[in-house]
Amino acid sequence: MDAPIPNSAGEKHWAPNRWPEGITRVPFWLYQDAEILRAEQRKIYEGPVWHFLCLEVDIENQGDYRTTFLGKMPVIVVRGEDGAIHGFENRCAHRGALIALDDTGNAKDFTCAYHAWRYDLEGNLCSIAFQRGVNGQGGMPPEFDMRAHGPRKLRTDSIGGLVFGTLDPAAPTLEEFLSPEIAAKIRRVFNRKLEVIGRFTQFLPNNWKMYAENVRDTYHASLLHLFFTTFKITRFDQAGGVTISPDGAHHASATIGKGIETKSVYKDQGIRSDSEDFKLRDDRFLASKAEFGDDIQLQNVALFPVTMLQQLYNSIAVRQTVPRGVDGMDLNWIFLGFADDTPEMRKMRLRQANLAGPAGYVSMEDGCIGGFVQRGAAAAPDEIAIVEMGGYEAASQNTRATEASVRGFWKNYRRLMGI
Amino acid sequence: MSSPETLFRLSALNTAYAATIDADRLEDWPGFFTEDCLYKITTDENHRRGQLAGIVYADSRGMLEDRVAALRRANIFERQCYRHIVGMPSILAEDAGNIRAEAPFLVIRTMRTGEMSLFAAGRYLDHIRVMPDGGLRFAERLAICDSPRFDTLLAIPL
Repeated sequence: MDAPIPNSAGEKHWAPNRWPEGITRVPFWLYQDAEILRAEQRKIYEGPVWHFLCLEVDIENQGDYRTTFLGKMPVIVVRGEDGAIHGFENRCAHRGALIALDDTGNAKDFTCAYHAWRYDLEGNLCSIAFQRGVNGQGGMPPEFDMRAHGPRKLRTDSIGGLVFGTLDPAAPTLEEFLSPEIAAKIRRVFNRKLEVIGRFTQFLPNNWKMYAENVRDTYHASLLHLFFTTFKITRFDQAGGVTISPDGAHHASATIGKGIETKSVYKDQGIRSDSEDFKLRDDRFLASKAEFGDDIQLQNVALFPVTMLQQLYNSIAVRQTVPRGVDGMDLNWIFLGFADDTPEMRKMRLRQANLAGPAGYVSMEDGCIGGFVQRGAAAAPDEIAIVEMGGYEAASQNTRATEASVRGFWKNYRRLMGI
Repeated sequence: MSSPETLFRLSALNTAYAATIDADRLEDWPGFFTEDCLYKITTDENHRRGQLAGIVYADSRGMLEDRVAALRRANIFERQCYRHIVGMPSILAEDAGNIRAEAPFLVIRTMRTGEMSLFAAGRYLDHIRVMPDGGLRFAERLAICDSPRFDTLLAIPL
């Protein structure tokens, strides 16, 4: 780790003068500096940004909760007595211990294991063990005000059954944050009751921002992920493009077409010729069915900073990112179906899940590629990455051979971080 | 087939299965399965909750062959190998042509850099079919991992 370099004002601080102006150059120290990660926690994860927390169906009944993270801040999301969704820091106001210790459950209230301080479903401190002491001895001073102490509370809101939260009271509404263009892309897919069909976590050995860039990088898709081209899978993709929110923060890429030609050679395996050697034996996992009333086969929505909403044919997934230090992150995959799936549709989703995920045919490389950058640039904090495909702007384009969305990420990152 | 003999044969099957993967003879791996098999890699939590998706989900031997073809030709990842340690199986049920069994496994992954890690711990939940020639094939093999978390990526099967 580099020692902090004084900036132009002479402050011992990460130095703005080490980052050229603009959004087409990214110095590698941004992915390596622990002080940057601390600032990101304050300015982005706890800043005026909405972060994915959980699904509405995770917490359908009063007292149902899930634990999650805003960056490294542990959070409880819970369905309250009023039926509303509440979010608060998973940290006891007394000594800071975790209040909830499981991923999910149902609670009447939350009691810290350490000294039994108790919180209601909205995160209000409501009782303190031995507050009045024992036999008139000890206890809290009479003037101690429970209402003035408690874990930090989030604002929460939902779109399409996805629950988001922000710590910043000054943040815009969720709808404003997303922009109407991006909100429409989310509602296109998340249009009815969801059902979880699998959860997996993938640890990526890279700084979280490399994944934020990767999910916006439409340029790499057909170059790094060679599955479709290797097996000569015919994709009838006629058009595609990238929609970027007016502020550049969020991105939705779409591939429009008629799907994949699935002509399984599986049944004919006895008479395989050499030229069929590069064909799949059983391509039923590529069979798909239009279910959103249009010809969009693939839609990837990347929300700032780094929530990814995937529609890959009928494979629907949410990918949530949790930074784990400067050079690691957890990618939480939630594979989804809809509650009204027919058995055939559900089977289709189970088979298509082979495409994405920690072992996904067209996604597994994303697990290692960030680590290759982290290691490749290990000794080059002041060298720069180039983000110039498709020009200098961060606006919507009718091509996927562009890094416009990646620039959109950096534009908003610089604004929020003040560097 | 008596139980001690079944136990011995299952142990031999698991040993051969593990050796095939660990020695990078992946082209032979689908041969351990029936034509209409189910092979899935999932986590204990998904399994308990009835969440049916896997990170690998193959419901035919052809799909297993495709997995091998993809990781040989299409998918990009750093050179690595596994060492499976498969424990003694427990026989859950047995009739003339079918055996249901479970066996614990550990998989140690060694990267080209020499970095070694405990990549997976879990259990195989198996439905084994006794073939007409007396041989054993997996009609179903669920690799149920104890941890929900997979390091970097999974290319080589468990």
